[in-house]
Amino acid sequence: MSVALLPGSAAPDYAPVTPRQLPYMNGTPNPSAAALRERFPDAVTRVDVIWGETSVYVDGPRLLEVVRWLHDDRTQRYDYLADITAVEFRDPERPIEAIWHLRSLPFRRFLRLKVELDKRAPLSVESVWPVYKSADWMERECYDMFGITFRGHPDLRRILLWEQYKEGFPLRKDFPLRGRFSRSEQLKQALAAAPESRYSLEELDIAQAFEDLPDDMRRRLAAGEKTGE
Amino acid sequence: MPTTTRTVEIALGTSGLDAEGKPTRTPLTVGASGAVTPAAPAVESGPDLAGEHMLINIGPQHPATHGVLRLVLELDGEMVVRCIPHIGYLHCGFEKIGEYRQYNQIIPWTDREDYLNAIGNNCAFALGAERLFGIDITPRCTVLRVMAMELSRIASHLVWLGTTCIDIGAFTPFLWSFQERERVYDLLEQWVGARMTTSATRVGGMAADIPDGWTDKLRDFVRTFPKTIDEVDRMLTRNGIWVGRTVGLGAMSADDAVNYGLSGSLLRASGVAYDVRKDFPYLDYETYDFDVPVGVHGDVYDRYLVRVEELRQSTRILAQALERLPDGPVNVDDHRVVLPPKTKAMSDMESMIHHFKQVMEGARPPIGESYVAVESPRGEKGYYMVSDGTAKPVRWRIRPPSMINLSAIPKMTEGYLLSDLIAINASIDIVMGEIDR
Repeated sequence: MSVALLPGSAAPDYAPVTPRQLPYMNGTPNPSAAALRERFPDAVTRVDVIWGETSVYVDGPRLLEVVRWLHDDRTQRYDYLADITAVEFRDPERPIEAIWHLRSLPFRRFLRLKVELDKRAPLSVESVWPVYKSADWMERECYDMFGITFRGHPDLRRILLWEQYKEGFPLRKDFPLRGRFSRSEQLKQALAAAPESRYSLEELDIAQAFEDLPDDMRRRLAAGEKTGE
Repeated sequence: MPTTTRTVEIALGTSGLDAEGKPTRTPLTVGASGAVTPAAPAVESGPDLAGEHMLINIGPQHPATHGVLRLVLELDGEMVVRCIPHIGYLHCGFEKIGEYRQYNQIIPWTDREDYLNAIGNNCAFALGAERLFGIDITPRCTVLRVMAMELSRIASHLVWLGTTCIDIGAFTPFLWSFQERERVYDLLEQWVGARMTTSATRVGGMAADIPDGWTDKLRDFVRTFPKTIDEVDRMLTRNGIWVGRTVGLGAMSADDAVNYGLSGSLLRASGVAYDVRKDFPYLDYETYDFDVPVGVHGDVYDRYLVRVEELRQSTRILAQALERLPDGPVNVDDHRVVLPPKTKAMSDMESMIHHFKQVMEGARPPIGESYVAVESPRGEKGYYMVSDGTAKPVRWRIRPPSMINLSAIPKMTEGYLLSDLIAINASIDIVMGEIDR
């Protein structure tokens, strides 16, 4: 039988326990934070430890370099990207934080990277897709919900909302809970969207329906556009 | 695709009985492609249709996609060349709604995102919120939550088993597994009053303690449930059709599985022994004696074996939890977070103030953030919460394991047949409520 029963996990030298009595601040930071400070003294701007979780603030343009080092270095081995998300605070002056949750499965470490994005400039940050393939949908979702552009992502388009969605980015604080449009307008647009009967240009190209397309869609497809109705 | 072949003994119903009266087993070599050798290689006949690719749309209203998932496929004959998944048909904006709710008011939403693991999500959310509030829960509550999470894992894996069997063409295991799932839901109903949308936890404790005699019923379940697992095991594990339809499909290597962010049974079937309960323990899971099943090939068959073994291990954990269930209070003794008893709120001034403040304003955690991950039946389920000191979170993020598992489906299915895609999709164990949120 091909299922092997292993008592516990791969790294036997360290037995993790359920965290208890976590200090609010001034907990023990993840050793990787000090290593990052040493390796990238000008890219690491701040290290926070809250409830035992270490957050490292990274300079935006250096993010991919930092992540690649964390992934490749033999003493770090952050091989697992748990999550990508962002936070917009209620204080309108405070920058949006883009957040990466990384795990090192061999060393059983957890690290949070943060990049602060100024709201007055276009929200844009480096994609980590070249390092972690799992970033694909997480970055698309983050773009869909917050409008953060991930430079270098292979196919950055909306994922949960449909491509013609016009109301903006729902998880931004200036987006009202019920949406921007009236209920009747939302209903009209949702019925007209009929996303299950639409195919992207890329998909129509598979079906060799190119000749049947209207002129403007053919032009857009010829220009290399992948998405659209 | 792995190039290894392995020998699986396949019991065929027609091959007769041996001296002990058991069906004789014919050893057959099963190739990586799922083709059973010895078998004549498929001979291509008919006109050459190479180059004529077809576009096929599956879903969103298709029973084999397990919810409102839409897959657009490029087919070369019957082979999948490209698979383009479309999700979002069930998007409800749970994370946005959470920013307008107090922490205890979010718990009903956690039922509804991954609805097969409702009580497990309740516990996971409460754990995240408790870290944000800086609370350590009572010993009795810890053990009760372990029971809740393992019962929920059993119920969820049983749904997976039943629906996957139906996809692949076996109907009987579906009936067996749903019968057992009904017993789990009966137990949950007696405990919290609801079967699927349990809303069982509160920040700092549980909504209700278990009723009298409940542990006896759970002990009965723990005693009899392994028989059903054995029955399913006997029916499927060496079944020629089952092996032929699952072996070698959708295989992910260990490196790929980690890089694509797979978690849960999929990751372990690929040979990576990552289980949040062992590696980043919560609820004292490090003190329970259980094993993490790990596969070798990462294909649909190994995922099946891993999940069936997880059912057995969950039963083991339940038995140990029953042994150690301590007496004592369920909720923490901190009335800034947990509501005081109603009788006290009516007679005691301080309790009334706490009651009023909690109901009208809500409990306020300090400024901070927490990411708590648990091992849900689908993988690493994480809740990330950010507080700015008010009673409502600034951000509530769900880390959806089945969405990230599903994002690897183009990688898993390309080069396989259309009928294999159904088996691979079933093996991912998706819940669209969690994927779309």
